[in-house]
Amino acid sequence: MIQLVWDGLFVGSFYALVALGYSMVYGIIKLLNFAHGDIYMLGAFAGFVVLSGVGGVTAAFSVVALVGALVAAMAVTGGLGVLVERVAYRPLRGSPRLAVLITAVGVSFTLEYGVAAAGANPRVFPVRVESQAWQVLGVRITLAQLALMAIAVGLMIALDRYVNRTSTGRAMRAIALDPKGALLMGVNVNAVISRTFFIGSALAGAAGVMAGAYYGKIEFLMGFLIGLKAFTAAVMGGIGNIRGAMLGGLLLGLLEAFGAHFLGGEWRDVFTFAVLIVFLSVKPTGLLGERVSERV
Amino acid sequence: MGRWVGPAGLLVAVAIPFVDASPYTLNVLTTAAIFVMLAAGLNIVVGYCGLLDLGYVAFMAVGAYTSGILSTAFELPLLYTIPAVLVVAVLAALVIGAPTLRLRSDYLAIVTLGFGEIIRITATNLDFTGGPTGIFGIPGIDVGGPAGFYFVCVAVVALAVLGSARLERSRLGRAWMFIREDEDAAEAMGVNTYRVKLLAYVFGAIWGASAGVLFAAHLSAVSPQSFVFLQSALVLMAVVLGGMGSARGVVVGAVVISVVPEVLRDLGAFRYVFFGVVLVVVMVLRPQGLWPVRRREPERVDAPVQEGVRV
Amino acid sequence: MNALLEVRDLGISFGGVKAVDGLTFSVGRGEIVSVIGPNGAGKTSAFNCVTGFYKPSRGRVVLDGSDITGWSPFAVAAAGVARTFQNLRLFPNLTVLDNVRAGMHLRGGQNAFDALLRTPRFKRAERFLTEEAHRWLDFVGYEGPRGGPVRDLPYGRQRQVEIARALAREAPLVLLDEPGAGLNHGEKGALLGLIRRIRDLGRTVVLIEHDMGLVMEVSERVVVLDHGREIADGTPAQVKADPAVVEAYLGREG
Repeated sequence: MIQLVWDGLFVGSFYALVALGYSMVYGIIKLLNFAHGDIYMLGAFAGFVVLSGVGGVTAAFSVVALVGALVAAMAVTGGLGVLVERVAYRPLRGSPRLAVLITAVGVSFTLEYGVAAAGANPRVFPVRVESQAWQVLGVRITLAQLALMAIAVGLMIALDRYVNRTSTGRAMRAIALDPKGALLMGVNVNAVISRTFFIGSALAGAAGVMAGAYYGKIEFLMGFLIGLKAFTAAVMGGIGNIRGAMLGGLLLGLLEAFGAHFLGGEWRDVFTFAVLIVFLSVKPTGLLGERVSERV
Repeated sequence: MGRWVGPAGLLVAVAIPFVDASPYTLNVLTTAAIFVMLAAGLNIVVGYCGLLDLGYVAFMAVGAYTSGILSTAFELPLLYTIPAVLVVAVLAALVIGAPTLRLRSDYLAIVTLGFGEIIRITATNLDFTGGPTGIFGIPGIDVGGPAGFYFVCVAVVALAVLGSARLERSRLGRAWMFIREDEDAAEAMGVNTYRVKLLAYVFGAIWGASAGVLFAAHLSAVSPQSFVFLQSALVLMAVVLGGMGSARGVVVGAVVISVVPEVLRDLGAFRYVFFGVVLVVVMVLRPQGLWPVRRREPERVDAPVQEGVRV
Repeated sequence: MNALLEVRDLGISFGGVKAVDGLTFSVGRGEIVSVIGPNGAGKTSAFNCVTGFYKPSRGRVVLDGSDITGWSPFAVAAAGVARTFQNLRLFPNLTVLDNVRAGMHLRGGQNAFDALLRTPRFKRAERFLTEEAHRWLDFVGYEGPRGGPVRDLPYGRQRQVEIARALAREAPLVLLDEPGAGLNHGEKGALLGLIRRIRDLGRTVVLIEHDMGLVMEVSERVVVLDHGREIADGTPAQVKADPAVVEAYLGREG
């Protein structure tokens, strides 16, 4: 039982990292970035390229190499997120929602099949964090899990501080509340939106590298499912709410671990989508979201 | 001129097998015809009503599996399964639509995506759907070989396209477009938006499920791999490319999307990269599509005064 | 009094701000009533509560004796309320005629099968809708293209189309939210006559309006709102002389 909790929290921390980008982007420009899951996938491939480029990675060296790949992949995916926003989303700001959503689907498609066309599919991740395991209270915990979880938690804390304590973070929150007002108050809206995309995408990229290192295999559609799950997590926490996304990710990981345990692993994803639909129907504002009246 | 576009297109579709009736050509043509039907159905949901459905092939799967299971389990001719297919399609539309259509449009998109996956995974996991391998040996519609079946498809699809175009120009079709244009204003005019959206789903489902029956008859087999997200996305692309809400545009879009990959077979995954880029470019530069609707009607018809109409 | 619309102790708040706070007024059958007040007095919020777009947190809305509080907008519309919006809410890509047909959505006369089979019933219904649409466009004095998309029209004409759409609803109560906004002097004059002709059809008209000239000219009764509640209710002359109204508009003197 406690094993389920630990596994759930571990997977949930990945979801949380990806959900953050979803939630931040939605919070600031009310866009559901369908391509966000694919940024995660690209992070995994960027990490793969970096690690392969370094050449044979010795086991002793693996943690350092992994952190290096993580940083590089974050830079790549962050930059890519900014590029996508600039090329595909910014020209459509103010367009009907349908048009923007369809564009996001197009971006997702381009990224997925772009990677597939580059012939990079599927690949075995060059660094596999194999490590010793401990038994704690009857729970099997591996060093790799601990390390990855520590990185995830570290990133989340850093983000939380950034958003709540810096002027950019303040500007982000200002735009989320009132884009026109923020513009009038001299906030450089475009710059802040770019930065939001950078941070969100970098976090997803980090999650991609971590997933590659942990599961050992990457492929071009790996972002599709996690994108959906991250969205679910973001909705559970209250979309647009950063702490909500973290909470939602962990919670979804837990729910999934238990759901898969009791229903059978093959129903795991069905269970997740059912959770999503129930949440959207019963409490669309999520656990930490605020009620927003949108009419007229 | 406008009224001749449909018959002319139909004529071309009927004429091609007389020029080239190779199995390959007939296969491509039949697939394209079925794809046109899917696009016409999705056009009701996305084009007319403005609801982004990213899991549309789920309805096609419902139709294909229902007819496949019934016809193989009870050794029924495929045509006999159609009433059951329609019932199941309507039920599926209500089950999927009822909880989701109250949501905001962007939530709806992702939930339909989830539903598409649920249907596919469920079909993979269950025994009576044949698990991952699916169902084999579905009886076809035997009317003079592949060419005959193609003509059946063309007839059904032509009716479906005509039907969707007729719905567009009716009270229900206008209500869909009121919702697409401004949901609040539609409500203020007394449009029960929830019900009308559900009806869009129901009609979309009927079109999709019927296409599913043709699909099952064509391949004589159904399996979960046919109903992945890629398929939903391709149908959406056909609708967007042709021009959302434009019946003839959508037909052209569907033909292009289903035939282009055949022509560009050598390019592999690049075909889809190309599609993705086209989707973005169309939305950024020409959101109304390649052959959009020009909404015009006669200025004033000097109709004879009808008895009891004028107040 | 034979009231068509009764609003009792209505209240709604957004994030702690009380937009409407204990509003009470009623509108008699066949009246022309203006609701006025300074910006942010809660006029449009009150309209939205009446028409079901907002769910009031307290109070009652009674239409012709039946309680419609908290009903969905479409149900309120069906119960007999037609409205226009402060910032035009037409269907931009649809034709002028289709926009007016929207007002007649509830009149039915056809179903989906009629449409698919193009039955005589369908053709009859469509012909009727087209004629009615023309008739209402004529009624509001609309002189412009009718077969093209409404978004191509100048502002004043779009206003006319929106009113024609609301009238085509044939509801006893017509709510006009700032019908004079953005109109030039001549257009305002025409609006004045139009509002009276709407009343002469037997409809009851409630309008929110900022143009005091228009309000004083057309209204039979004026309800003045401030801070979400009524501070005066009477004939234009009474209201104009009311010190509370003067204070609300000009602020407390020295």
